[in-house]
Amino acid sequence: MRVPILKLHNYLLVSIQIELDDQTAMQFQEDLLSKIHETGATGVVIDLTSVEVVDSFIAKVFGDVVSMADLMGAKVVFTGIQPAVSMTLIELGIYLKEVPTALDLEQGIIKLRQELEEK
Amino acid sequence: MKETVSSVAIKKEWDIVGARQAGRQLSQELGFGSVDQARIATAISELARNIYLYAKEGEITFEELYDLPKVGLKIVAKDKGPGINDLSAVMQDGYSTSGGLGAGLPGVKRLMDEFDLVSDGEGTKVTTIKWARL
Ligand SMILES: Nc1ncnc2c1ncn2[C@@H]1O[C@H](COP(=O)(O)OP(=O)(O)OP(=O)(O)O)[C@@H](O)[C@H]1O
Ligand SMILES: [Mg+2]
Repeated sequence: MRVPILKLHNYLLVSIQIELDDQTAMQFQEDLLSKIHETGATGVVIDLTSVEVVDSFIAKVFGDVVSMADLMGAKVVFTGIQPAVSMTLIELGIYLKEVPTALDLEQGIIKLRQELEEK
Repeated sequence: MKETVSSVAIKKEWDIVGARQAGRQLSQELGFGSVDQARIATAISELARNIYLYAKEGEITFEELYDLPKVGLKIVAKDKGPGINDLSAVMQDGYSTSGGLGAGLPGVKRLMDEFDLVSDGEGTKVTTIKWARL
């Protein structure tokens, strides 16, 4: 199974609607990076509204995605993180400090625009 | 009191997802709230991945505990892998021999209410419990 990645102007939009096993998470990382390369997108919004579990492996993949996308000139914003997910992440000891977040897709795009203008 | 035991074998990567889904389902049936369900599913995911990564295969067992008015879910993750040499090191945040975040075991301890780790050359056994008040 693959996570679909949509393009909108110079942004990529991703909504993770499937249960992420390790393989799917790695595949997603790869697909997203090639898509950034292909399209020259400057911003990515990843919506996690339907994601119920983020464990240490998936958190690492997300963190890596942010750093790698950054190297390629694209900013990543995560949206829709469920309260239960944010609580378990903190208890796991994972602080996604560098990772910009927003409430929903719309706020995510606004945030991206702000971040990109600041550059 | 009534006790139900079930288990999930961990042999392939997808079993990590299978185990955490089974655990979440059980925790929901037992009446855990959504945050506790997420804690339990995450803890199972960590334990199952450790089995898959370090011992190749093993088993996660679920046991429903009834100590009314408390109910609990006991999770035992067991393998016959190489075991852990330095038990105190692995409980420190950030300690990993695989380039991981090293958040797994110390994280599971924080997510759950009771935690016990036994390991030697014969394998590793992690026993952990989450309690809910009905
Ligand atoms: N079942 C096991 N058998 C053998 N060694 C284990 C087992 N579980 C954990 N370990 C050892 O303990 C270390 C710490 O485990 P822990 O789950 O805390 O972190 P990690 O797996 O390295 O990284 P993360 O879980 O954050 O992705 C591992 O790197 C590994 O060396
Ligand atoms: Mg681990």
